Amino acid sequence: MGIEARERRQPWILLAPALTSVTLLLFVPLAFIVVYSFWLRTATGADQVGFYLDNWQEALGDPFYRDILFSTLRIAAITTVVCAVMGYPAAYFIARSRGNKAILLLMLMLPFWISYIIRTMSWINILGVSGALNWLLQTLGIINEPIQMLYNETTVILGLVHFLLPFMILNVYVALEGIDISLEDAACSLGSTRWQSFLEVTLPLSLPGLAAGGLLCFVLSAGTYITPLVLGGPRDAMFANLVFEAVITQLNWPLGSALSLMLLAILGGLVLIYNHFLGMGQLMKGLG
Amino acid sequence: MDNTKRYERLRERYLNGDLDRRKFLGLIGAAGLAYGVQTPFARQALAATEQVRFDGWGGVVSEAFRKYAFDPYTKKTGIKVVDGTFGGGDEYLSRVKASQPGEYNIAHLSGVFDYARYHNLGLSSVLNEDNIPNLKFVIPKLVDVFRAVTDGKLSCVPYDYGTTGLAYNRKYISDDEMKEKGAKILLDEKYKGKIAGWSDWRTRIWYASLQTGQDPNGATDMDAIWDAIRKHRDLSLKYWTSGAELMSLLAEEEIYVTEGWSGRIYALQEQGHDIGYMDPPNGFGWQECLFVIKGSPMEACEELLNFMLAPETSIAVAEGQNYPPALDPTKVDLGKKIPTLPAFDPKGTLEGLTFAKPDYWNGHEQEWSKMFGRIQKGY
Repeated sequence: MGIEARERRQPWILLAPALTSVTLLLFVPLAFIVVYSFWLRTATGADQVGFYLDNWQEALGDPFYRDILFSTLRIAAITTVVCAVMGYPAAYFIARSRGNKAILLLMLMLPFWISYIIRTMSWINILGVSGALNWLLQTLGIINEPIQMLYNETTVILGLVHFLLPFMILNVYVALEGIDISLEDAACSLGSTRWQSFLEVTLPLSLPGLAAGGLLCFVLSAGTYITPLVLGGPRDAMFANLVFEAVITQLNWPLGSALSLMLLAILGGLVLIYNHFLGMGQLMKGLG
Repeated sequence: MDNTKRYERLRERYLNGDLDRRKFLGLIGAAGLAYGVQTPFARQALAATEQVRFDGWGGVVSEAFRKYAFDPYTKKTGIKVVDGTFGGGDEYLSRVKASQPGEYNIAHLSGVFDYARYHNLGLSSVLNEDNIPNLKFVIPKLVDVFRAVTDGKLSCVPYDYGTTGLAYNRKYISDDEMKEKGAKILLDEKYKGKIAGWSDWRTRIWYASLQTGQDPNGATDMDAIWDAIRKHRDLSLKYWTSGAELMSLLAEEEIYVTEGWSGRIYALQEQGHDIGYMDPPNGFGWQECLFVIKGSPMEACEELLNFMLAPETSIAVAEGQNYPPALDPTKVDLGKKIPTLPAFDPKGTLEGLTFAKPDYWNGHEQEWSKMFGRIQKGY
């Protein structure tokens, strides 16, 4: 075997374990879900094998699913914007701080050491009727009766921001770290103010990081299930809750499969658009 | 049939002249060979039953099982009991459906309708009742309803019963007001934002039936029921999804009134919370069973069931989980605490409780669970 042939083969040999894992753990189950989506649920809960388009017709044609999907995308968009507004200054502060960067980054990672569900449920102790905030407001004499703050769309968004903010900060931070700080100095030396140099130089150069963080926040929040369940009220279900309900409560795996593929297609489409315009490199840096 | 009996029958046929000597010796030889070959594997298979998986409702119920049943059983038999939890029967059924045979063994199922669903999906086993002598202590009515579903055989043993009644905070709602309003209090505008309910479609439809003056096991005006469910949704702060959440919402005073599980409410009362509990007329009665899933190690499971049905274990678990045991009070002395539990029937006839009819509920399950799912989300 020639050296050239061996060199050509080497990357594939190195990639083989990862490709095998991805194929077995992602593509094969995905293929099962695709097949399932064309089956039917019988009255007893058993599945009827075959090729039926009923689930797809229902998932795509029923306004109930469409409305919840739009509501989910709206909540995901609001969450992403809030994360960007809150995350950018924090990332900027970390990137420009001297000496204590490692500690700040460690603090950013600390929440990941606690279970996501526990972090979400912690809001009940903070915002509940007998929670910390109501207690504080009553102790200070600002309110006489506890305020009902939990179980609405705002608390769902709050829980999502709490969960996703570190992802945004990390992505923006990586982008800001890659910008040569002397560019801002150069802009200032040419007559721009600090604010102008930020707007004209730093912000445009950090946009790929912001976009990568935005994509992550959007995709993760659009697929969330726990947060609306724990912090939402009766009307605050998101699309993933519909998938859960179809699969678990109604034992309708075929419809649940069609719904989950629908969400996957929309979010996958977003990732493809992002990749087309900005590439996945920035996202990988942020995740790394 | 054991091997001794097989040999005796062969010998009898030989002595009767039905078998010639050569055939008799051949069959004895073949039986011996088969026994010799299978015994080591059979022993290994029996020895391989090192653990049994049990899934239940979690919280105080699981704690009671662990303390009073599983740990002593493991000590006695050496078989470990792995206990898991679930938030509801639907969720658990989905997990079982996705599993391999034998992965899940015993489940603490609620309601005969769940038992029927498992049976219809081909998940039922057949218990050897000879291995469960303590079954004789169980209230016959509770056993008979299960037998009716599985053609006279049993895949489970009844274990406890209780009710889903109305739970209310006495600080804000008086006992008199509850008596006056009954199930309709869940539709009272006065308590908007302080009402909750279980996110279970059956319970929602059952209570909507009571609120609209219909028979919970035979409603005729479903439109009125859906409207009542919508109204309840609009007045509710939240649909709770687990017993722990129910207790937390009431204890933290996030809500003042909801329907709730009798044992959980009793646990709250024991903790010192001033929570009242009332079963309205035709309130939701249910019975729970220990169901053995097809593919489980039957002998080990039967032994565990027999152990759990032993009066001393059953009473201890009942006192721990606050639900009356399925034991017949006319046959077993149930002690002092159990007669004080909500839903307890001292006669053992359970005539005062209304149970869900499996045919009625399972016949509408697909349509109603879907409809409720939509209403729950604002439709």
